[in-house]
Amino acid sequence: MTARVPAAADAARATRAEVCVVACAEVWRGDGEVLAATAGTVPALGARLARLTFSPRLLLTDGEAMLLSTPVGAPEDPAPAEGWLPYRKHLSLAARGKRHMMMGASQLDRYGNQNISCIGDWARPRRQLLGARGAPSNTVNHPVSYWVPRHSPRVFVPRVDTVSGVGYDRAAEAGPAAARFHELRRVVTDLAVFDFATPDHRMRLASVHPGVSVAQVCEQTGFEPAVPDQVPVTREPTGEELRLLREVLDPHGNRDREVRT
Amino acid sequence: MDKSLSLAGFAARIESGMTVGIGGWGARRKPMALVRALLRTDVADLTVVSCGGPDVGLLAAAGRISKLVAPFVTLDSVPLEPHFRAAREAGALEFEEWDESMFLWGLTAAAHRLPFMPVRAGIGSDIPRHNPRLRTVTSPYQDGEELLAAPALTLDVTLVHLNRADVRGNGQSLGPDPFFDDLFTEAAEHTYLSCERVVDHFTGPPQSLLVQRQNVTGVLHTPRGAHFTACAPDYGRDEAFQRAYLRAAQDPDAWRRFEEHFLAGDEHAYQRAVDGFAQREATV
Repeated sequence: MTARVPAAADAARATRAEVCVVACAEVWRGDGEVLAATAGTVPALGARLARLTFSPRLLLTDGEAMLLSTPVGAPEDPAPAEGWLPYRKHLSLAARGKRHMMMGASQLDRYGNQNISCIGDWARPRRQLLGARGAPSNTVNHPVSYWVPRHSPRVFVPRVDTVSGVGYDRAAEAGPAAARFHELRRVVTDLAVFDFATPDHRMRLASVHPGVSVAQVCEQTGFEPAVPDQVPVTREPTGEELRLLREVLDPHGNRDREVRT
Repeated sequence: MDKSLSLAGFAARIESGMTVGIGGWGARRKPMALVRALLRTDVADLTVVSCGGPDVGLLAAAGRISKLVAPFVTLDSVPLEPHFRAAREAGALEFEEWDESMFLWGLTAAAHRLPFMPVRAGIGSDIPRHNPRLRTVTSPYQDGEELLAAPALTLDVTLVHLNRADVRGNGQSLGPDPFFDDLFTEAAEHTYLSCERVVDHFTGPPQSLLVQRQNVTGVLHTPRGAHFTACAPDYGRDEAFQRAYLRAAQDPDAWRRFEEHFLAGDEHAYQRAVDGFAQREATV
């Protein structure tokens, strides 16, 4: 180890937001030359961290039309661009499957159905949100993960009010065209990490963040997730990951605005 | 061959009940001067087809939209559009919610004069459940996949704003993203193209010559005509103004004052009021 500060000492001081960034980065571990697309600050930092460490072949965008040749540097500097990915080509890339996106979710249910469209009756919503955006196509074309910065029973509901992103039960019901490329990888929240590694793809508690109890997670989840006998603790960031995050990727601490400590 | 048109001349050609495509994306390169020109008329009952931003917001706030076809409505730096939200929550407009890929292929179908294009997008989601006109189509080949048939988004008129244009109706996009603007013009019977600058000759890479004159009916010179949305590289989004728009939208009285201050006069008056706003912001 060449880290200036011993990894153990640094890890002890990792904030919840930093644990979340690393848990987000982990969703892209093992992904090859695919676009790591994100919505939100913590997933964007996670994708950049993964690219700088264990998933170096990932593609990243500047959030508009350019592919970044390095995840570091001023956005107005044209030098870091390695490619052009305007909206239309971005949709082709997604349809081709060369993408793993971490989306947000206003609601999620136990099979991973996601809603970002509206709350209440769709015909006359109590609260109109964004609209479906690309959630229907993303979920039937390539791996999708979700990021929930405030884990609560308002987000984790027994049934979503409307299905924007397709969950496992709905993909199976809709047939081969929906299920062929459907894969929900993980759900990362400010409290825990879930996956869908159960026989019927129900959401399963994969780990709880340091300092969080399984009971606390279940209390904040509006359905019963699968809970293994032994729930691991989400891994601590390494010293090098903390250095990259604090000194290179997010020196102004934008991560703390999205996750309460 | 001079297709130059005034804003009033353009607005007179738009009739109530038309299906109107609006280019740009969210709060990026929206033909806002053309939208403001429509607000000065009494045109109503429009079906608007848009990757929605404040274009949808302004038309919805003025009660001009009877039906909206869109995959989202957003202000980008602020995720939710306040007037669109209010209209939906009040049941003031009919909403056809599309997925982004469906939207791309619906425009493409119209541009190619095809009735539909097959897409994977939408299958399994609630998009087809909320929209009874959507149908699936089964592949005649060995795979036999059942896909969604995105219907052609055929448009009566399209409004787009580009960086440069000539009077013949050729349009140039100098920013990083053309969005769907060329597709919109190909899906429409008539296109009205506004631009930052009218030029005699284009300079820049040939790939930037996005819109072609055979698809354009009228050309409008509207400097800062995308304001307050971004129009790279000519200018960025006016975030301070967008915040003021957002604040005003929270309350009916504040919105009436906003309309009186910014939207009661012609485009020249709007731009003068925006300059005044910027000066006040700078001195605060």
